[in-house]
Amino acid sequence: MADIVSTVVANYNYWIYITLMMIGLYAIIAKNNLVKKIVGMNIFQTAIILFYVSIGVKKGATIPILEHAHGGHGYGVVHAAEYANPLPHVLMLTAIVVGVATLGVALALAIRVYNEYNTLEEDEILAQIREE
Amino acid sequence: MKIIGLIVAVLTGGLLVYAAEDFPAWSDPASPASTYLSPHFIEKTIEETSVPNIVTAVLADYRGFDTMFETTVIFSAGVAVFLLLRTSGPKTQQTRLYRHQLTGVTLRIKEGADLPPSDNFERIDRFWTPHDLIIKTVCRLLIPFIQLFGLYVIAHGHHSPGGGFQGGVILGASIILLAISHDLRTAVKRVAEKMDAVLCAIGVLIYAGTGALCLLLGLNFLDYKALAPVLHVDSIMARSHGILIVEIGVGIAVMFTMIWIYNNVSSGGKYNQGL
Repeated sequence: MADIVSTVVANYNYWIYITLMMIGLYAIIAKNNLVKKIVGMNIFQTAIILFYVSIGVKKGATIPILEHAHGGHGYGVVHAAEYANPLPHVLMLTAIVVGVATLGVALALAIRVYNEYNTLEEDEILAQIREE
Repeated sequence: MKIIGLIVAVLTGGLLVYAAEDFPAWSDPASPASTYLSPHFIEKTIEETSVPNIVTAVLADYRGFDTMFETTVIFSAGVAVFLLLRTSGPKTQQTRLYRHQLTGVTLRIKEGADLPPSDNFERIDRFWTPHDLIIKTVCRLLIPFIQLFGLYVIAHGHHSPGGGFQGGVILGASIILLAISHDLRTAVKRVAEKMDAVLCAIGVLIYAGTGALCLLLGLNFLDYKALAPVLHVDSIMARSHGILIVEIGVGIAVMFTMIWIYNNVSSGGKYNQGL
């Protein structure tokens, strides 16, 4: 029993990312309002960012910027175990900015839909489409 | 729909929890993500590129292709928002009203006539909103420092956390803050719409152009070693400088795309009023 509890507690980053991701997925499917769906999409994206960044963590390591290395000398021997994994940081750094840009596109689409149907509720839009 | 959503979310969540058992433990240095390529980046970056910030080096050098297309995605998003929303809107009315902010005198400008040369006039029409003096003054004091910090983040990305994406977002946010605290018209007067469009394309062009220049100088696309004879440095420093050049390109592209998207989304493409 204590074994299971310690594994569950030790991997808490996965539980948080799964919870966040499922909140986002539920919002995308179940919410009726288009803006709430977009918010759900963003929560989903945040979960993925959290997952990647948490994978890059190493015990006892610091941020992936070499110490005492200004000017390109005097840094000594670099050990990979002393620095966190830089790859997830690189991937998520671009993903955050791209996420903001795609959020802009999603909101622009929502504005166009609103201009066309005067509502952002999905069922009302579908009812108007069926009437036509 | 709510029940279907709940079932899908619980099922997917269950699968992910089941899969999480096979994931490496939290902060395990021997996890698959931290072996293979990542130790090479950490140990060799300073020798190969002379950049202490490994994230910057991987972003703009080792994974330069990826970053170039990420910048293209951001540019495409800006263009997509513009094409979706921008409407030409009604032409300016024949007679416009302007108020001189210092004296409160309101001028009526007939069609074809020009304003007296002064920055203190503001347009009065149905989109005019009253200003809040405290917010306006505080933002006016803050914005130069925000922009200075943005430039520092871009320029110092080799040695501290930062780079083109982060600095570009900070610079873009400073102009968006101007649009929120004053109004959209003030921000557009500072950064015109054409400037947004042209400069976010120029940012991508700087990046791709650096890559093409390396190609022309005889090495692979985005292999900054080829820039060494042009910049009069050795091949390691050439990689460091090449990273800075493309980071500046990224910064310009991101900054103006953020402003462009904000202007279009906040005004619904009409450019008459912000939030």
